Amino acid sequence: MLRRLSRWAVAAPAALALVAGLSACGSDDAGTAASASPAASSAASSAASSSALTVFAAASLTETFTELGKTFEAANPGVKVTFNFGSSATLAQQITQGAPADVFAAASPATMKTVTDASMAAAPTTFVRNKLEIAVPPDNPAKVDELKDLADSKVKVALCAEQVPCGAAAIKALDAAGLKVTPVTLEQDVKATLTKVELGEVDAALVYKTDVLSAAGKVTGIDFPEADKAINDYPIASLSKAPAPDLAKKFVDLVLSQQGKDVLVKAGFDAA
Amino acid sequence: MVLAVAGMTFLVLPLAGLLVRAPWSTMPERLAEPQVLEALRLSLVTATIATAVCLVLGVPLAWLLARVPFPGRRLVRALVTIPLVLPPVVGGVALLLVLGRRGLVGQWLESTFGFSLPFTTAGVVVAEAFVAMPFLVISVEGALRAADLRYEEAAATLGASRWIVFRRVTMPLIAPGIVAGAVLCWARALGEFGATITFAGNFPGRTQTMPLAVYLALETEPDAAIVLSLLLLVVSVAILAGLRDRWVTSA
Repeated sequence: MLRRLSRWAVAAPAALALVAGLSACGSDDAGTAASASPAASSAASSAASSSALTVFAAASLTETFTELGKTFEAANPGVKVTFNFGSSATLAQQITQGAPADVFAAASPATMKTVTDASMAAAPTTFVRNKLEIAVPPDNPAKVDELKDLADSKVKVALCAEQVPCGAAAIKALDAAGLKVTPVTLEQDVKATLTKVELGEVDAALVYKTDVLSAAGKVTGIDFPEADKAINDYPIASLSKAPAPDLAKKFVDLVLSQQGKDVLVKAGFDAA
Repeated sequence: MVLAVAGMTFLVLPLAGLLVRAPWSTMPERLAEPQVLEALRLSLVTATIATAVCLVLGVPLAWLLARVPFPGRRLVRALVTIPLVLPPVVGGVALLLVLGRRGLVGQWLESTFGFSLPFTTAGVVVAEAFVAMPFLVISVEGALRAADLRYEEAAATLGASRWIVFRRVTMPLIAPGIVAGAVLCWARALGEFGATITFAGNFPGRTQTMPLAVYLALETEPDAAIVLSLLLLVVSVAILAGLRDRWVTSA
C-alpha cells in the first residue's frame, strides 16, 4: 500500500510545483508584483502603518539619512524610521519585486527609472548631487596624486561595478579623461569599494566625496577635474505602494527642506 | 509521509520557478555571451581545485580527530566547524585580516614574495576551501569512526605496515564517506558567494564566479540572472546526479 502510494506522493508535488509555476506565468509582471507584495504589505499595514516609515536609500546616504531619520523621529513622536541602505540598483530591484517601502532615494536617475518604469513611484525630485573623488589609504603606498596614476598597471584600483551608480559615474569620468583603468575588483556598492581602501587591500578607488568624508582619517581624498563631467544626481520619491504615504511625503519634504539640505551639504554633497 | 512530501516540494518549487520564468526565447544568445561561459569555467575550475585542497588537508585532519586521542581534541573538533557557523562574508573579512595585503600572514607574503592573495583566482580557491572544508572533515571523520577497527587490526597482525593498512584497508572502507564529503565540499564551493566577493573581489575572468555574476546581473537585468542561475543549476545537477549512486550509499 505504501509503495503504491509513494510513487504518486512523489510525482504529485513535482507536478503541483510545475502547475503552480505555469499558472503564475500566465499573469503579467505587474500582476505578479502585486501578488508578491500582499503578504508583505498587509503585514506592514497591520503593524500600525501610521507609526512606521521604511526608507530605501543608496549606501552613500547612510550617515546623512540616519541623522535625518533621528530628526524626523524627534519631530514626529511615536514614529519609527527604518532604513534599508544598499546599492541603489539592488534596492530598485527589491522595490519592483514587492519589498515594502515608503520612500526611495537613489544615487542615480537610471536606478530610479527602474522603479518609475514599473509605475511604483510618483514623480521623483533631485535633492542632491555627488561628485567622485579618488580615495587612497592614509599612507598612500602607491603615491597616487592624480587620476592618471590609476591607469598605471602597478597601482591596484578598486572600482564600483558598472551596474551601480558610482561605477557608471567612474566610467564616465575615466572616459572624459581618456584613460583606460583596469581595476582588480568591481565591487557591488560604493561602501564595499571604500572598505577595500580602508583595509589597505587596494591602492586607490573611485568613490564619492561624501564617502571619503564619512571615513575621515581612514582614507585620504584626492580631487580631480574630470569628476565634474560625471556628477550623479540623486533623485528621491515616495512610492505608490507605500504603507505609510503621509509619513512618506513628510520625510521627502524634510529631505528637500533647508534643514535637510544643510545636513547633506555638510556631509560633502553638492546642492541640487 | 506528508512532511516528507512537503519537504520535497519546498526544495523543488524554486527550481520550478526558475524554469518557468526563464527567458527561453533569448536563451541561446545569452548563453553565448563570453562572460557567461567565463564565469562558469572559473566556477567549475575553482570549485574542483578547492575540493582537491580540502581533500589533501581534510582527510589527514579527519584522521587526527577520529583516531588520535590528544588533549583538546574536542576543542579542535569544534574549531573545525567554525566556517560552517560563520556567515560567509564574515569568513571573507577574517581571511582578509589574515591573508590580505596588510594581514597578519599576508604582510609577510607581500614583502617576501611580492604576492598577495586577494583579487586573484588563488584567492577564490582559498575562500571556497575555507567555507567548504568542514563538510569534508565531518563526513570523513564520521566514516572513520564508523569503520570497524578489527579489519585494520587483523591486517596489522597479518604483517601489514601502517601505510599498507591505511591504503588497502582503511581507505576502501571509508571511500564512500570521502566521496560523499568531497561532493558536498564541491557543491558548497561552487555556490560560495560572500567569502569570495569579500576576499577575492569581483573581476570577470579572474575572480567573477557564477554566484557573483548572478548577483550583479540581478541588479540591472533579472533575465540574465535567471539564465545564469539556470545554467549553474543544470551543470551542478548533472554532475551530482552522475555521482548519485556513490553519494547516497553510506559506509
